Formats: sequence, C-alpha cells, structure tokens
Amino acid sequence: MAVDVNSNKYTFIFAAVMVVVVATVLALAAESLKPMQKANVANEKRQNILQSVGIKAEAAEAEAMYEKYKQEELILDAYGKVKENATRAPFDVAMLKDYKGGLSNIYKLYKSGNGSVSLEDTRASLAAWGEDGVGADFPLYVIRNDEGQTSYIVPMMGTGLWGPVWGYLAIADDGSTVTGAMFDHKSETPGLGAEIKEAGFQVPFQGKQIFQENGELKGVIAKKGGAQPDDPHGVDAISGGTITSNGVNEMIYRTLKIYEPYFLELRGGASKTEIVEEVEMVADSLMTAPTDSLVVDSTKID
Amino acid sequence: MSEATAEVEVKDPSEPLFSKKNRALLSNPMDDDNPITVQVLGICSALAITVQLKQAVVMTVAVMFVLAAGNVIVSLMRNLIPNRIRIIVQLVIVAALVILVDQVLKAYVYDVSKALSVFVGLIITNCIIMGRLEAFALANKPWPAFLDGIGNATAYGMILIIVSFFRELFGSGKLWGYPVLGNKVGSLDSAGNLVSEATGLYAMGYVDNGMMILPPMALITVGVIIWVQRARNAKLIEA
Repeated sequence: MAVDVNSNKYTFIFAAVMVVVVATVLALAAESLKPMQKANVANEKRQNILQSVGIKAEAAEAEAMYEKYKQEELILDAYGKVKENATRAPFDVAMLKDYKGGLSNIYKLYKSGNGSVSLEDTRASLAAWGEDGVGADFPLYVIRNDEGQTSYIVPMMGTGLWGPVWGYLAIADDGSTVTGAMFDHKSETPGLGAEIKEAGFQVPFQGKQIFQENGELKGVIAKKGGAQPDDPHGVDAISGGTITSNGVNEMIYRTLKIYEPYFLELRGGASKTEIVEEVEMVADSLMTAPTDSLVVDSTKID
Repeated sequence: MSEATAEVEVKDPSEPLFSKKNRALLSNPMDDDNPITVQVLGICSALAITVQLKQAVVMTVAVMFVLAAGNVIVSLMRNLIPNRIRIIVQLVIVAALVILVDQVLKAYVYDVSKALSVFVGLIITNCIIMGRLEAFALANKPWPAFLDGIGNATAYGMILIIVSFFRELFGSGKLWGYPVLGNKVGSLDSAGNLVSEATGLYAMGYVDNGMMILPPMALITVGVIIWVQRARNAKLIEA
C-alpha cells in the first residue's frame, strides 16, 4: 500500500474519520429507531400495569387491553389529594424518578425515627415542585378486572444494587389489601436481585396488608430469612439479593407514604369530597364488609 | 499469542472453505485452546451470568454475534488500521456493534433486549473479544477470522452452559426455570400457584445449596472443569 499506515498524519486522519463514521451510524440508528422504541416502552408500561393485577397481555394487544380494563387515571399531589389542575396526562408521568431525591427522606425518617427533614416538610417541598410551582405529580391508575375487582395501582421507583428498580403495587378498594404487585429492574444481578421480576417473588404480595391493625402504614416488607406464613405485611426476601430486597422495601414504603392519605380515605370511607367518582363504589364495598375496626382506625388517624 | 496464531495466515487462495486448518479454528477452542479454561479469559462474565442456564445461553448467542462480526470487520480493515491506535480502534468497533445490536433489539424484539440489558456492558468488556481481535483477526483474512470468532464463542458458551447447568441445578433446584427436583414450599408450581406442600426431593428433606448461586462457586466449578480437562488432555499438563 502506498500510504504509510503508521505515519502520524494517517493515524490522526484515521481516528477522526472512524469517530465521525461510528458516531453518524449510531446517531442515525438511534434516531430512526426511536419511535418504535418509544411505542415499545409505552406498551410495556401498559403490560406492567395490567400484570400487577394479574392480567396477562401481549405487547401487540397491550393498548387495547389497557383501554378495556382502565376505569380511570388520576394524578395526586404531594398530600395524596386528587390534583384538579394537573398539566399532563397521568399516563405520561414518569415513575417518580424526578422526585426521588426529595422522597428518600421519608424512608430515612421511618428507619431512624428522626430524619433531618420532617414528612410535612418533604410534602411541602414536593407540593411546590417544578419551575412553575405546580407541584410533583403522582399518578394513580384504576383498573377493574373481569371479576369486577377494582384496584388502585401505584407506580413506584427505587434503587437496587446496580441501578434503578421499579414496580406497580395494586391496592384493593378497601385501601389496604394488596391485589398484586409487579417489579422490574434495570441491571440487578441475574439469579439474585433480578429475581424480583419473577412470579415467585411477586405472587406472595397478594393478600398482604399495607396498613397495620392500628391504622399505621407498614407497607409490604421483603424479610431476610423468610417471612412467617401468617405475617400480613411480610414476604420472603431474595437469598443473595439483600440490597435489592431492601431497595424494594424502601421503594414501597416511601411511595405509599405519599399516597397514604388517599388510601386512608378509601379505607375509612370518611370525607371523600375529592374522589367523587369512587364514593358510591367504595361505600358499597364498605357496607358489606365488617367495618367496625376500620372506623375506629380512621378516627385514630384523623 | 499473536505469533502462534499468525502462522495460520499463510494460506493458498484456492483453499477449500472448510480445509483442515479452518476446521481446526472451530475445534481447537473447544479443547486445547479453550478461551476460559486454558487461556483464562472472560472469567468475569463466566462468574456473573452463570446462575441460570437461560442467561448463559442468551449471553453465548450475543457474544457469538459480536465476536464473529467484530472479527470480520477488524480482519477486513487489518491493512488500514494504524498500529499505534489499534486497540482503541478495536474497542470502538466492538462498542459500536454492541450499541447497534442493542438499539435494533430495542426497536424490534423488545423482550430480548430486556433480557440482554445487563449483558450489553459485559459483552464490551469481555476480554475474549478483544483478545481474539488482537491475536487473530488483525493478522488473518475474513473467513478464517469469522470461523475463529464462531469457534471461540462456542467454546466460551460451552463452559458457560456447563457451569450454569450445575449452578442452577444445585443452587435453585431448577433447569431453564423448571423445578426439576420438585417443588419447594413457598415457590410457584407450573400452574403459577403457591406451593404449600413440598414435592419431589424436597419432600424427602433435600435442601438447595445456597452457596452455588454465589460467584465463588462459579470459580470453583470452572476450576473443577479445568482439573478434569487437564487430567485427560496430556498436551495441557505442564512439566
């Protein structure tokens, strides 16, 4: 070859050309494939929401299925009240990622009993979130399955060992019973932390209670060493996946703390001015259920 | 290493596609020149993703594609690549290939892309890939380079699959996600219901070995494979 491939000039030209070519190819590929990737992500979200209440949907039919089972999509504010002046559609709200920093205080408070920031301060800062001060948006998806069971689905976002974990927790219209859960992760270790996305971890969440009998929020906790079968708040953690399990615990508690007032209203059936649509439905279900203990609980809280 | 493999380069243009030399490119990595057990390359991914059989297979397919394609591309460019920046060039080619594959999978086969998510980074850093590009593709024509890529990826995958077979079987009592040793209390049966009474071996008191799902046991399993291989292959016994 006439060109000296080891000359400085050639080396520089080669490097420059290579970088430009590779960058162009990758940028073109990423841009041209973006619409399809976005559609895939949206369909996956629909699949996940449906999966959390045990409805299996293929990616191709996810949109139609979601529209079929969807009762309602709401946006709550940082105080767990339905937001009237929400500026975007609930489905478009990313899973709390934006607000995670402010939220992590809640779990620290719970663990230590004395966080540097109080829950009310956290709520207040979240309520004034954003440049225009409209406050953080907390989406809530209401799905009714074929059996007529209504579930309130809370999207969650947390931290695992290697990267983010996220999921959806479905709460029945009694405001406390978990009707299902689904979790997923970005890069947890396969076979260890990654097991949170398997049915073996997710199915035991069904039937657990997020509120203790005294009305205090407990969440559902993945317990190291295994939970007792009659534990209403515990499921088995993953062997070898302790940090991921802890991340899931943190995520569930922190997220539910924001939604707590909403579920307390569902649970107690008191002052439901903000949730007009659900009032009759909830009242009906409370009528048939033994409500004594629930009423006592809600007065304690309020 | 590059001197040893460079001999293969002297090749008659009319040589058949699967000549003896070319067949050796496929078969050598399986035994005498195995990337994991003999060259001790790619150990980190062999520890990280051999907890379950399924992931080992997905990783094998991904590495096979990247290694074969990377080998061919580097081989085609072997007379153009400046010597002083060859490692960077190889790295850019591998990284670009992996990202490209990831983007295409994300758009067309989203499920597979999700299964691969954690492996994408591991593919780029897999020393077998850089090792083969540097030692073989840079000094050989595209077709032998392609065969070398396939051969090494298969040999790598073979070890991965053997290790993950034992780790999944003894660590979780499953193969390919199916509970072959019976159902444990608290696990899910094939119909997706929670198991309240142990069946199969577990009913007799058998307990999974939790150590097997931790990385050290992968290293020990690889060690046992090396032991077995050296015991029966006289060429590998060091004086």
